[in-house]
Amino acid sequence: MKKFGIKEVVAIGIGTALFVALTEVQIPLGFIPNTALQPRAALLAFMAAVFGPIVGGAVGLIGHALGDALFYGSVWWSWVFPEAVFGIAMGVFAAKFAIKDGDFGKKQIVLFNVVQVVANAVAWILVAPLLDIVIYAEPANKVFAQGFWAFLGNIIIAGILGTLIAVGYSKIGAKSSSLAKED
Amino acid sequence: MSRILSYEEKDTWIHRLSGVTKLIFFLLWSLTSMLSYDTRVLLVMLVLSLVIFAMSKTKWQQVGTVFKFIMFFLVINLLAIFFFSPNQGEKIYGSATPIVHLFGPYTLTYEQLFYEFNVMIKYLTVIPAVFMFIVTTNPSEFAASLNRVGISYNIGYAVAIALRYIPDVQDDYTAIKHAQEARGIEMSSKAPLMQRIKNMAAIIFPLIFSSMDRIDVVSNAMELRGFGKYKKRTWYSGKKLQRNDYLTIGVSVLFVVVALIVTFYDGNRFYNPF
Amino acid sequence: MTPIIEFKDFSFKYRSQTEPTLKGINLAIYSGEKVLIVGPSGSGKSTLAHCLNGLVPFAYKGDITGSLCINGKDPMKLGIFGLSKMVGTVLQDTDGQFIGLTVAEDIAFALENDNVLQEEMFERVDKIADMVDVKSLLRQAPSALSGGQKQRVSMAGVMVDDVDILLFDEPLANLDPATGKKAIALIDDIKKNDNKTIIIIEHRLEDALYRKVDRIVVVGEGRIVADLTPNELLAGDILEKEGIREPLYITALKHAGCNVQAKDEPEDITLMNLVPYREIVKRWCKEHPLPRKEKKKDVALEILDLNFAYVEGKPVLENIHFAVNKGEMISIVGKNGAGKSTLSNLICGFMSPENGSIRLNGEDMADKSIKERGERIGLVMQNPNQMISKAMIYDEVALGLRVRGVPEEEVKERVYKTLKTCGLYPFRNWPISALSFGQKKRVTIASILVMNPDVIILDEPTAGQDYRHYTEIMEFLKQVNEQYGITIIMITHDMHLMLEYTDRAVVICDGHLLIDAAPSEVLTDAEIADKACLKKTSLYDLAVRCGIDTPSEFVEQFIYYDRLSRRKEKVADV
Repeated sequence: MKKFGIKEVVAIGIGTALFVALTEVQIPLGFIPNTALQPRAALLAFMAAVFGPIVGGAVGLIGHALGDALFYGSVWWSWVFPEAVFGIAMGVFAAKFAIKDGDFGKKQIVLFNVVQVVANAVAWILVAPLLDIVIYAEPANKVFAQGFWAFLGNIIIAGILGTLIAVGYSKIGAKSSSLAKED
Repeated sequence: MSRILSYEEKDTWIHRLSGVTKLIFFLLWSLTSMLSYDTRVLLVMLVLSLVIFAMSKTKWQQVGTVFKFIMFFLVINLLAIFFFSPNQGEKIYGSATPIVHLFGPYTLTYEQLFYEFNVMIKYLTVIPAVFMFIVTTNPSEFAASLNRVGISYNIGYAVAIALRYIPDVQDDYTAIKHAQEARGIEMSSKAPLMQRIKNMAAIIFPLIFSSMDRIDVVSNAMELRGFGKYKKRTWYSGKKLQRNDYLTIGVSVLFVVVALIVTFYDGNRFYNPF
Repeated sequence: MTPIIEFKDFSFKYRSQTEPTLKGINLAIYSGEKVLIVGPSGSGKSTLAHCLNGLVPFAYKGDITGSLCINGKDPMKLGIFGLSKMVGTVLQDTDGQFIGLTVAEDIAFALENDNVLQEEMFERVDKIADMVDVKSLLRQAPSALSGGQKQRVSMAGVMVDDVDILLFDEPLANLDPATGKKAIALIDDIKKNDNKTIIIIEHRLEDALYRKVDRIVVVGEGRIVADLTPNELLAGDILEKEGIREPLYITALKHAGCNVQAKDEPEDITLMNLVPYREIVKRWCKEHPLPRKEKKKDVALEILDLNFAYVEGKPVLENIHFAVNKGEMISIVGKNGAGKSTLSNLICGFMSPENGSIRLNGEDMADKSIKERGERIGLVMQNPNQMISKAMIYDEVALGLRVRGVPEEEVKERVYKTLKTCGLYPFRNWPISALSFGQKKRVTIASILVMNPDVIILDEPTAGQDYRHYTEIMEFLKQVNEQYGITIIMITHDMHLMLEYTDRAVVICDGHLLIDAAPSEVLTDAEIADKACLKKTSLYDLAVRCGIDTPSEFVEQFIYYDRLSRRKEKVADV
């Protein structure tokens, strides 16, 4: 695990700012009304995968709480914590993804997606509904259905958009020593 | 981008309270409303939060749009609960007093109605508290407050940076979105889903990558000015706790204790009138 | 006297690079001196600055040989924190350096980190804020400040620590000319009042010389090429060789055939002894008439009585009315916040005007979508990193065509053609990450050009570019303009760009159109230049002091012949 320095503090700050700013940015699913994919989930997957579990967890926790408070005037804690769980889980594998080193190849893409699906499952099918039941005594079938939808939406967006961002960023950091001009 | 809730400078006793006090109050308040399902407690809380909200002299136009939005979702949520579990009330209160049979398995009962009423006020008690907290707490002081309640100043400052750069990131997002739209990227819902995600990538990519550059610049700037030198730091905008602060914290703690005793006195968190 | 800063045989190599960036630097700077360090991009001047504040080698790792001594101490032992007590750095990116939520907090940032008590902080922040004249802004958020104000806050933020050495990294890069002038004056006042040692890294030499400096150090390819007084340096030809732009009046004098002497004190045009040169300049002026310009008649873009306001009753733009002819290259100028970007947003259709209309080739654009407009009016943003969304050059340029469903065969043909025009064809299969900032800028221009627009709008096309890249980009745009007849509108506060490359300048001031005239007219009229936050060009002073009756024509003559000769040089290079 990387040491926690100034760069990590700033990464949490800017990452959170991005997460909050993207709160309202949604991609409507289209075939079901009033449902949308949240690009901020892809951002969180990316930030966690680059900067590790502390940054991932903090961006999830602070970003979700702050975003909810600023945009929706309420903090739904049972959905804030799962976001942090997801960030931490993704972040644990940061070193393996090696996004900054430019080694984000096929193997890493597969791992990235396996981890994001599992992390999303734990966060949204397990933690979120349980908290909803414990804190708000909501009906189990309702919260599990909700959790499942969130899970589905998040694995799609993290799987496609998150992977695209990670691949793109990894290429930007790539070494460019073997390039030659062509005529 | 649409208007978000933001701090507005005013001179009321709530504005004058330290951010620490308001943060403690807010967290205790959230905790109580999460734990308690006691209608009496929740109703008292609802009334109190409205009183506090009124005292903070918050104007309707500061929070109106957001409030309408919340109400919309609250209604959807209440309907969804009924749709998924019309007998949740019966499960909780142990009886079923039908009012009217709707269709199929859906019978509206007094218990269900009462349960959903509780869900509603549980939600409503928190809203004025969040509004009050955001609208009356100077963001500058917020980071200092987090540090004061025992959270590492690194995290406190990360929050300050987030608050500092949210408007910048929003502006960047809008500018990038416009430029990409002009190049022909449309965010219409007509395109197939995969295409829409790819279009979104064309906006998010430049936004994230230029933000990654910004992380480097900001962390250099902070290091050059001695951030992280010592285990502690002081805060220019920190507010010392005054008499009113101690009073407020004391009353809040007292309230939580009483509320929880009332709630759990009969062995569970629900108040059962049936 | 022992120097406050002393490099001895100093070299530095970044860990990721094979060649050292700084080679055998020997440089001594004395307490209370004001030194200007100039050099083209990639010369190593920023690395040199980073050695002084400790970013090298603590944040950017690498190997050092030789020695560096600051205030009698070894920077390696002090670390970044120790150095920050002696060297205060004001970064180029004022938004990146402004960390606090308000002005006061940002100034206090270093004090907070030093655990200074709150009461003492209030006192010290007040005192410093007074010094840089931001006291009335203490409670403002950065979003409410102009670039110049943010920079003042940055200065206050490092001076609050009572450092001996102030290091300015390209302080003029993000400021309009008038604000830049004020910044240079403020730096000078600080030096005089507090006896600080001042080091300014800048490639805009003429603007930096607005107040006297003691010495100019020229850095080129990692070495110190010259360490001279301004007068000595301006009399020689080192600047030209190193690709650093001389003050315009110096170039003009040399053009006219004058042999500029250091003893005539060329560092300041208002005081320089022009007696030996006056007649030569006058003669040159007579012998070099301007060719007749052909008028372009067909109107491309018309802005008719445009009004816009975000909030009712607070107009951002009022009665803006002008036309741009086909094949023209014009500039829209005015201070930050005057409404320039709002205007370009309206033209591109990102926002709708309250009333008034925008016509392209006689056709009203009101009911055209952003996408439809984008095919005919292209927008190039200031920061290429905010436009690039693909990893490969080819894909980035192809993006606009692909989303419009152009067949891949045609995409390929058009992309290749555009890449050839932009000189990027040899790099077509490269990742964008391998390109320099200037090349990235070209990619973004290519990605717009490929759609064959009628009009291109560029926001600050040359911001942060050194002279060589500036010339490259602008000559390229001129070529696009001339060969393809594309109308080009540039939003800028770069006066050189206005003067040298645009036929007309539309000056916007506080939401109004102040004047629509030739740049040489705008920049020789003190009152207009003042209102628009520009400044009078030094060529005007030269013309007046040489007794030329038609200063604005003289400016045009000079610009015309200077460009001509630079083009010849370029051709000779190839």
